[in-house]
Amino acid sequence: MQFGILVFPGSNCDRDTFHVLKSLGNSVEYIWYRDTHTHEYDALVIPGGFSYGDYLRTGSIAATAPVMKSLQEDARQGKPIIGICNGFQILLESGLLPGALLTNRDLKFICHDVHLKCENCDTIFSSALVPETALQMPVAHHTGNYFADETVIAGLEEEERILFRYCDPTGTVSRESNPNGSVGNIAGILNRQKNILGMMPHPERAADSELGSADGAGVFKSMMECIIA
Amino acid sequence: MKIARLYVSLKPDILDPQGKTIHHALEALGFDAVAGCRVGKYIELEFPDLPDEEINSRVEKMCDRLLVNPVMETWRVEVVEG
Repeated sequence: MQFGILVFPGSNCDRDTFHVLKSLGNSVEYIWYRDTHTHEYDALVIPGGFSYGDYLRTGSIAATAPVMKSLQEDARQGKPIIGICNGFQILLESGLLPGALLTNRDLKFICHDVHLKCENCDTIFSSALVPETALQMPVAHHTGNYFADETVIAGLEEEERILFRYCDPTGTVSRESNPNGSVGNIAGILNRQKNILGMMPHPERAADSELGSADGAGVFKSMMECIIA
Repeated sequence: MKIARLYVSLKPDILDPQGKTIHHALEALGFDAVAGCRVGKYIELEFPDLPDEEINSRVEKMCDRLLVNPVMETWRVEVVEG
């Protein structure tokens, strides 16, 4: 299948993601932020990084880039779209996902492995994941403290749109396993149609056992399963 | 020329750890009369000589589209002669 990876000034996880998707057997191309055609791809990735130097608010300027208009059209038509880290921030600023990301609770840039509990293995981003297993992958961010008001959180819960929560290695979601202060330990959420995922942890950095964990590959494999099927 | 002075603040119900840390540091220096501290953003927008209402209305649109994230921020603007 064919993946398109958006590239903004300041994206820096685009090549890692390219490498992972390619090694899983996909055709992959970069899409420059000034381009206005995303329609020919089966799925789109908004990679991590520091688009526009995080000016104003993380992801806010990238959300206004020409390529996002085309992505918005694809999003409405149900195309699978995953935003990772800065990609998640861009999806929130675009209004494609609800809520916002605040500065981490402890005001520090955090960069270490976390564990994630997948709350719903019946989505296009999680069908290849093993239920009840804590996934291991790194986070690397300063603005990853997910916030939304109570009504939004209740809606996300109700519609099973909270895909990943930070947990301990045994899969228990606890205050201690929350690295950044996110409401409800939220690490990744879906839109209402469940074709868009935004997540702070980096599956592309944990897609090869030589790097310590291959759990992240499952997210991309799930997307491939759904598109081929 | 006119200048729109835009003040963007975190909503009152959003925790501001930076403001809290500054508050503690002020207390440590003996400034104990400070009841609270919040950190926000200040943006100056330069305009030609338009009526204030016109500038206010344009700034409001800019805040909606880009300058402010209503999930976590509030804003106010004052227009002055530049």
